[in-house]
Amino acid sequence: MPALLETHGLVKHFRGVKAVDGVNLTINAGCCFGLLGPNGAGKTTTVELLEGIQQPTGGAICYQGEPLGPRFRQDIGIMFQSTALQDHVTGRENLRMFGHFYPRALPIAELAETCALGDFLDRDTRKLSGGQRQRLLLAIALVNDPELLFLDEPTTGLDPQARRNFWELIHRIKARGKTVLLTTHYMEEAYHLCDEIAIMDHGRIIAQGSPRELLAAHFDDVVLQLPLADFPAPTPLASHTVIQGRDTVEILTCDVNAAIQELLARNISLARLQIRPRTLEDLFLELTGRELRS
Amino acid sequence: MNGRRFWAVFICRNREFLRDRSALTWNLLFPVSLIAGFAFAFSGPGLDLYKVGVLGDASVWQGSAFFTTRYIQFIPVVGQSLALTKVERHQLDMLIDPVSRRYWINDEAPKGYVLERVLRGSERAASLFSKQTVSGRAIRYVDWVMPGVLAMNMMFGCLFGVGYVIVRYRKNGMLKRLKATPLTPLEFLAAQVTSRLWLTLATTVVVFIGTNQFIGFPMHGSYFDLFLVCLVGAISLISLGLIVAARTTSEELAAGLLNLLSWPMTFLSGVWFSLEGVHPFLQQCAQLAPLTHIIDAARAIMLDGAGLSDVSGHLLALTVMSLGFMAVGAWLFRWE
Repeated sequence: MPALLETHGLVKHFRGVKAVDGVNLTINAGCCFGLLGPNGAGKTTTVELLEGIQQPTGGAICYQGEPLGPRFRQDIGIMFQSTALQDHVTGRENLRMFGHFYPRALPIAELAETCALGDFLDRDTRKLSGGQRQRLLLAIALVNDPELLFLDEPTTGLDPQARRNFWELIHRIKARGKTVLLTTHYMEEAYHLCDEIAIMDHGRIIAQGSPRELLAAHFDDVVLQLPLADFPAPTPLASHTVIQGRDTVEILTCDVNAAIQELLARNISLARLQIRPRTLEDLFLELTGRELRS
Repeated sequence: MNGRRFWAVFICRNREFLRDRSALTWNLLFPVSLIAGFAFAFSGPGLDLYKVGVLGDASVWQGSAFFTTRYIQFIPVVGQSLALTKVERHQLDMLIDPVSRRYWINDEAPKGYVLERVLRGSERAASLFSKQTVSGRAIRYVDWVMPGVLAMNMMFGCLFGVGYVIVRYRKNGMLKRLKATPLTPLEFLAAQVTSRLWLTLATTVVVFIGTNQFIGFPMHGSYFDLFLVCLVGAISLISLGLIVAARTTSEELAAGLLNLLSWPMTFLSGVWFSLEGVHPFLQQCAQLAPLTHIIDAARAIMLDGAGLSDVSGHLLALTVMSLGFMAVGAWLFRWE
């Protein structure tokens, strides 16, 4: 796949703070790229640099091999984490206004169908629910039929049903060959939607690749999970790592059979045993640490 | 400048304003009620300017010149000490006891001083002077104050309608979203200014016609000249609002700055009272305010029948201010 957007040594300073510190990224055409990181890692600044909202202190950004120019604005669609719409104006009128900003705009009917706006298209935007509002903002981001779509934490604050519906919309957009750059705090969302992810911390990219590749590269074990009540107090297991949580105990092992044998040998009940593979959340915590970030 | 993008923002901003019933109603009702209130207050025999408390029986001085003076309200009072407290607190300008032929005033109260002079003067022979009447058209206070009230309403609409709204857009992320489109700052600002301009002029015309229906103002000049003054004046006030909106990110700060601009202008521009006799320095300061030139030009046209050449100085001042404010506002403007 050809590179649609590339950065080389991207740097951004804010009054002595290096928010972005030499980021190199390659986002291929047609790919859904996820940028993950804890709060304050620099991902929002990185995305705003890529969107052209902020100017970098150093480094370069190229779109289709060229520095960002006026055409870039016409080729991208953006859905910010929080954007207000004009009061007393309907979704249709908002779409029409944004459509007029571009030389070519998709028909409103097509946008309404893609983003499932049918039943609230003519409603005042103040009267939309959270999920409806996010779908309208997605439609606005798509109004110019962009080549590259930026989605900044698009499902934050949505209930699980609305989030799943939103994922379905993104799948539809991906199916049309669009390139998507997604930031999210939901690892399940990134795993579900992204072809490739990059994990950022302290302004740098600390891991990059497809979710499966990254998991395979960092983990060769699985997790055996037991309720804490079923697990006698401190019970070390030979050649297995035991992590005690508030309500559960997790045993990390490369040899499930051996671990189960050992548990049985100690008369530990396996009635409520769960076995799960390593997830992106495990990887995220492993790479960025477990301490609380502001 | 892309006309299509400008038009899209212009139309959307108009919709937002016109569909906001409460804001629209306020813009129309506020000046109408203010002018109606003045018309009511200054109708009839006139407003009493002084309040004199009368202890005991006023008929003792029946026919006295002082007790027949107009614009003095004589209020019967009972209890000298309570009445004296009211004089101390400026609730009464004078207390008089006709029986004992005594009066009390507060030495710190200018009205008390004037009343004392009236009392002493009216009781002596008044025939030393002969009364002369000024020539020219007699106007009511409401006629004089009306151009000021309309201009003041325009000022609040222009300053807050642009300044406050743009800051709100910046704070809620709307400007950031627009920045991510091909829309340019010039197109955005031009649409905001144009939208507010026509809405202000339209509401001013509606208010003018509406109040004129039941109050009836004198209009000795040309309606076109008056409209031109309003047009240039509104542009200058909107441009001033743009400076406040250029970078401010807090609605509270914007409201404070807009109040800082609007209230001194209201007092110094002669909305409610003439600036004659005010300290010359303040009179010079007032010339820096667009509102002064709008009001002076509007009064000259409406009350004196002045033409464009007569108010050309005001129009020039407003034009220069508009260009200056616009240049500074556009130079300072940031999406975020």
